Amino acid sequence: MAQLGTIEKLAILSDAAKYDASCASSATTKRDSLGGKGIGSTTGSGICHSYAPDGRCISLLKILLTNFCSYDCVFCINRSSSNVRRARFSVEEVVDLTLNFYKRNYIEGLFLSSGIIRSPDYTMAEMVRVAESLRVDHGFRGYIHLKLIPSASPDLVARAGLFADRVSINVELPSEVSLKRFAPEKRAPEIGAAMGRLRLGIEESREARRTSRKAPSFAPAGQSTQMIVGADGASDAAILDRSAQLYGAFGLKRVYYSAFSPIPDSSRHLPLSEPPLMREHRLYQADWLTRFYGFEVEEILDAQSGDMLDLDIDPKLAWALRHRGRFPVDVNRADRETLLRVPGLGARSVKRILETRRFRRLRLEDVGRLARSLSTLRHFIVAEGWRPGAALDADRLRQRFAPRPQQLALL
Amino acid sequence: MRTVRLAQPADFGAWRVRARALAAARVRPEDILWQVGGDDGDLFGAGADDSVEADAPARTLNVPRGFIDLAAQAICHSDPERFGLLYRLLLRLQDDPHLFRVATDPDVHRAEAMARAVRRDLHKMTAFVRFREVRDETGAEAFVAWFEPEHFIVERVASFFVKRFSSMRWSILTPSRSLHWDGATLHLAAGATRADAPDGDAIEVHWRTYYTNIFNPARLKIKAMKAEMPMKYWRNLPEAGLISPLIAGAPRRAREMIMNDPTPAPERHVRQTRRHPVQEPTPLDTLPRSLVEAAAAARDCARCGLCRHATQTVFGEGPLDAPVMFVGEQPGDHEDLAGRPFVGPAGRLFDRTLADAGIDRSRAYVTNAVKHFKFSLRGKRRIHQKPDAGEVQACRFWLGLERDFVKPRLIVSLGATALHALTGHAATLSSLRGRDLVLDDGARLIATVHPSYLLRLPDEATRVRESARFLADMKRILALAPVMRRADAAA
Ligand code: SF4
Ligand code: SF4
Repeated sequence: MAQLGTIEKLAILSDAAKYDASCASSATTKRDSLGGKGIGSTTGSGICHSYAPDGRCISLLKILLTNFCSYDCVFCINRSSSNVRRARFSVEEVVDLTLNFYKRNYIEGLFLSSGIIRSPDYTMAEMVRVAESLRVDHGFRGYIHLKLIPSASPDLVARAGLFADRVSINVELPSEVSLKRFAPEKRAPEIGAAMGRLRLGIEESREARRTSRKAPSFAPAGQSTQMIVGADGASDAAILDRSAQLYGAFGLKRVYYSAFSPIPDSSRHLPLSEPPLMREHRLYQADWLTRFYGFEVEEILDAQSGDMLDLDIDPKLAWALRHRGRFPVDVNRADRETLLRVPGLGARSVKRILETRRFRRLRLEDVGRLARSLSTLRHFIVAEGWRPGAALDADRLRQRFAPRPQQLALL
Repeated sequence: MRTVRLAQPADFGAWRVRARALAAARVRPEDILWQVGGDDGDLFGAGADDSVEADAPARTLNVPRGFIDLAAQAICHSDPERFGLLYRLLLRLQDDPHLFRVATDPDVHRAEAMARAVRRDLHKMTAFVRFREVRDETGAEAFVAWFEPEHFIVERVASFFVKRFSSMRWSILTPSRSLHWDGATLHLAAGATRADAPDGDAIEVHWRTYYTNIFNPARLKIKAMKAEMPMKYWRNLPEAGLISPLIAGAPRRAREMIMNDPTPAPERHVRQTRRHPVQEPTPLDTLPRSLVEAAAAARDCARCGLCRHATQTVFGEGPLDAPVMFVGEQPGDHEDLAGRPFVGPAGRLFDRTLADAGIDRSRAYVTNAVKHFKFSLRGKRRIHQKPDAGEVQACRFWLGLERDFVKPRLIVSLGATALHALTGHAATLSSLRGRDLVLDDGARLIATVHPSYLLRLPDEATRVRESARFLADMKRILALAPVMRRADAAA
């Protein structure tokens, strides 16, 4: 094979990395390079330095060290049975690219993943070398996210956590059965065990660093994972249930949902169709409701709703329409938990309502100033001088909120 | 009408001094004309406000801390009315100190909207500034960026770049002001023009390659992109020129990925599969022949439903020739994550008690009646649940294998679940505790409580009494199996 130049490798190895939805550069310790010799800083909330036309944020240099892989995960562009072009970066090439991009303010840092070559430990060790070189040789204070290999040895994982802000292991698919079917070399118990150890490591280090600043850090920005949506037959209920278990067990920062997307040279075992983007979006909304709005999965999807999220309207609105009896809610009296369940009110708006109503009774137009829009909201609230008109029944409400069906094109 | 002239468009300190004097003198907001700079050459206007005559008796001013932060942000907004708005708010706050918390008030609302726009512009500037490398006279590396912010934020954003790129030398040029960092000091200079900045950088071709390839043509979401990266920023982004060709080519590329036939696997893959066929986990149709085999087989156990939500099987641990086997109830949250028995809070208490009794834990085999963690999920917390009789029965299979392979002379049941799993009948722990019991295979059985029981006891007195009883049970174990004595423990 002819030697590939850096640009060709970059093309191949970023193309190979784009199916991982994680992009966060947030939640790590605050650092800067004032007065030091190093370079970089972290800000807490992270920065998206660009956006691609797929709407995804570009925050990190997200690449694979190599897309050679001895595994054959059916959904993956890098699986060993694919004829995709292969490339491998050297440790130095990744380090240079990261620094060059960082110095020009293109990125917050590096998200490094890799196909598995030779052995899990060999691959993991190469990835750790990149992170180590950035941190130790170059004093890099930016963000590093390392994808971990579940079966890598514990001391390699400890070193990865020492240099990385965020670590992640992908559960890949919603169920163990699908994992066996689509990723024959991966084992669900092994993935779970590795994520369990990560949680303990992260918490121990956090605890130790509370008493001593010198205690070694371990992935201060926590761990996350990704699940592919739409490759197997799992329902939304099954996916959200799995997420709830994952959050509960491993204290994850995020579960990323990745609509299964066609890949170049895809396998015949998978659905070849457009990625279910709206489904992915609704799953994120539902996930959000469980994490920040006090909803349980069983409320978002219940006996009445069936086990798939409504694609036409968002899950909070869908829940509210199934519970018309709980509305309208009085914005001048209702408690925080109740307000959070009102369609059209976000957590920030609720906070501002609570604060403002200590001094003023809120009229509808006041609420309009505190929320993003009144169009949905007005049907669900009572305010000073405002009651929603004669109770709209759930069906008519749903029609009002759901997007109009598209005109069929005539041939 | 009084003209008040500020030298800079976003100098909060200067505005504050003026506003304080005007407010103290009770000058009405509608009587002030705020202006920036001396650009209109109005000599009479300049300095006119220096002679603030008292319209009314002076007063002291009080403002909440939050207002100062808000005003310092809003003052960077490009809206010429910002000075007047903030001044009006300052006066209104004197009569109504809570006004600032009333986000529905039109003035507060507008000021907050300005502050929000400024924060967003600040954030976008930290995101979208693109440095280009230049060489200075000495040939050393330096970086220059050209940027056009919407508001007067250059000074406020400077600290971000200083903290991040402190060891580099760089300049950020904008139409209104420029920043220069020489590695030690920040210099604020006059505005510049695009022509003052370099027009390219060798690394940009890498960046554009990355941008092109990280984009997934199968999932166009142009509105989402534009919402976060508004087009007004595009003209200074080296990657923005790629956007329309990428969008134009996307449908075709997506269609090809769907339509193209799968290709036969490459030779390398075929060879590899022949060499290393995927290993199926050991099936359970043959009985394990050793403890190691049993532990391996248990990893994939699905004899009951507990394997569904638990993380992993937590098998027993300890030497194969252990004279004593401790059997607990089930792994807890911590054990479930670590994959090892008795390592959580109850495990630590267990360790301490063994140490106090002089027993060497490493000589014992430690396991649980049930090998998967049973819990119910409340929000993000996993709450321990007692395994039911069916689960205990299903898991006796593994406990039986552990007993067969380890053959301990003495078995200690910790808690009622373990006792039932070992004896198979439902006699209460209190009736069997302290008695000499023998199991069907001849092993002696000592029944005691589970250490987590001690952790749950609410009152101090009972805890002290029960801990002492637990310790006494452990000492009895040592008396029955003296080989378990810790090397450093007094005889
Ligand atoms: S291990 Fe599987 S998912 Fe990961 S790169 Fe290899 S084939 Fe892809
Ligand atoms: S609890 Fe025991 S019987 Fe049930 S699945 Fe786990 S190992 Fe098997």
